[in-house]
Amino acid sequence: MTSKQKRRLTRIVIALVIYGVILMLPIDEWLPYPQALYVEFVLFLVPYLIAGFDVLAKAARGIVHGQVLDENFLMSIATIGAFALVLFPEAEPHMAEGAAVMLFFQVGTFFEDYAVSKSRKSIAELMDIAPEYANLLDPEAGCSYLVDPDSVEVGQTIVIKPGERVPLDGIVQSGASQLDTSALTGESLPRNVGAGDEVISGCINLRGLITVKVTKPYGESTVQRILALVEDASERKATSEAFITRFARYYTPIVVGCAVLLAIIPPLLGAGAWSDWIQRGLVFLVVSCPCALVISVPLSFFGGIGGASRQGILVKGGNYLEALAHCDTVVMDKTGTLSTGKFSVIEAVPARDGDTEVLELLRVAAHAEAFSLHPIAASIREAFEAYGSGVVIDQSCVTDVSEIAGQGVSATVDGMHVKVGNRLLMEGVSGMPGKDPSGIGTLLFVACDDVYMGHLLIGDTLKPDAATTIEQLKEIGARTVMLTGDREDVASAVASELGISDYRAQLLPQEKVEAVEQLLATKTSKKHTLSFVGDGINDAPALMRADIGIAMGALGSDAAIEAADVVLMDDAPAKIAASIRIAKRTMRIVWQNIIFALGVKIAILVLAVFGIATLWLAVFGDVGVAVLAILNAMRALHVERA
Amino acid sequence: MRKTYKFENECCANCAAKIEDKISKLDGVNSAKVNFMLQRFTLDAEDGAFSDALAKSIAIFKAIEPDVVLNVK
Repeated sequence: MTSKQKRRLTRIVIALVIYGVILMLPIDEWLPYPQALYVEFVLFLVPYLIAGFDVLAKAARGIVHGQVLDENFLMSIATIGAFALVLFPEAEPHMAEGAAVMLFFQVGTFFEDYAVSKSRKSIAELMDIAPEYANLLDPEAGCSYLVDPDSVEVGQTIVIKPGERVPLDGIVQSGASQLDTSALTGESLPRNVGAGDEVISGCINLRGLITVKVTKPYGESTVQRILALVEDASERKATSEAFITRFARYYTPIVVGCAVLLAIIPPLLGAGAWSDWIQRGLVFLVVSCPCALVISVPLSFFGGIGGASRQGILVKGGNYLEALAHCDTVVMDKTGTLSTGKFSVIEAVPARDGDTEVLELLRVAAHAEAFSLHPIAASIREAFEAYGSGVVIDQSCVTDVSEIAGQGVSATVDGMHVKVGNRLLMEGVSGMPGKDPSGIGTLLFVACDDVYMGHLLIGDTLKPDAATTIEQLKEIGARTVMLTGDREDVASAVASELGISDYRAQLLPQEKVEAVEQLLATKTSKKHTLSFVGDGINDAPALMRADIGIAMGALGSDAAIEAADVVLMDDAPAKIAASIRIAKRTMRIVWQNIIFALGVKIAILVLAVFGIATLWLAVFGDVGVAVLAILNAMRALHVERA
Repeated sequence: MRKTYKFENECCANCAAKIEDKISKLDGVNSAKVNFMLQRFTLDAEDGAFSDALAKSIAIFKAIEPDVVLNVK
């Protein structure tokens, strides 16, 4: 609690105590009728003024500045009106109520203020990923000293000790450690880094001391970009948010207008006493402030966006969060999204059975490919070294390497003539299988001295959580479509393995945009949205074309962050489903608040017309509802771990 | 030109929306954002009209919420 809040609380408590004492005094017994009323009138003014002098002062200042219809003005009129009812001798006196309304209005605003500052604090904690200092290395003195991260220039070297936050983006010069990236990605598994690896600001160094050469100025560092993104996100309003602001602009004048009409017209028509109808009008005034909605709806969006960012999901605006909640089609690029985009040997099948045969097949193939830069060649070398224990490639036994474009490689390994490639390269090889072995991926045959030795199947490995992601998306009710440049049979096999509803195969990069457009055209309703998920490398056009572009594995990729509406900081597809779940939950909270706040207010207005609602109820309808709506909105901040 | 300022003591979300609305309508202002939760005011105005727009914005803040302190650095 701030000192200002404490002072206010003290004032409210004092006023409440005085109010209670006055309420218990048997003034009616001490004094005869009109005098008792006047004494009570004066007495109730005491707690009223103690609690509400600032409200009255603000209202007066508002009038001077031409600002009528703000909360202070409305509350002042309503309470002064309640006191003024004493002028109608036929009515029950309402001074007690007038003072109470002011008191409870103050209690309510106190809680409202407290809840707002609480949520501001949680938001600040959420964004507490900015580094406070950097240890700049002085190469001549050989020691480091503390500096403001903002003052470090690109190319300078900084030291990061265990337990410290990485202050700036850079490349590790020396040392090795593990980094906790959870504040950025939501991923709890630490990441290993060593010399030559890139480190990003905002991570926490867990183990060893590392020296890092800074590659980006502080203003462009990952942490600063994330913070700017989240802050700017609260300024891109969702339609429901804009609707509330617009609604608030008309709601207050209309309700105040109704209050005036309600107080004047019926008694003029002879439908009852003035005092009665004025009191009903006062109830209208008290519930005419739309603050519950105006605070809680943006707060819910902010909470949703902030909570998502904790999971490594950056949503660029409330509008995208809203669109994501209505997402019923998720179009995914295969490579980089569902699969790792990295080749690996899925199968190594020797022509003859035997334990050593597999290793021999891999050894021969890996050596033939020893000098190739192709990713497939690299995957074969990796597979060989991973399969045998302690085996390494000996480049000295490889000679006469020739690569035949579109076919494969031939080379002399240990004096043997080795060929690794597709069927075209295998001409004249004896013992070849009649038809291609089945399987998803690129098929490579291996022949040694023109005798068939076996085949390798190279594939793009699916990410471990790809299948569960598809399942979760189905549970949410979203149709899944996979786009790929791969062959039809590969695409169909992957789609059926993962349980994807639909796929488009053999697409050239530019055809992916066309596929997205076709899918957009088949949308059943305007309300539903389509999202496209890609790794952001060459699918920027599709990211932009879709209703919601989701870029994956974007840690450090500027182009993807630029093009996408939602950025997933790591490359786990599970985050796709998580982001839709967060969006749906946030929208649920938003609508709960809209319906609850408006429902209560409208109910009180209706009851007031019939003279059932008291001023007490009206105060609850104003500040009580606001506090409850804020508390509900705060739930949006707490996002379950994906 | 676009600049962001911090402010304090803004206590009504509805007032923040009103202030935003009024400043947006000033001459030479491209856009204005009054962020109640972050207590941040972002003014985007034509270069020539910026200082004038800022002065008028401060007046609007004062008129609607007399307690607000806008940190203009």
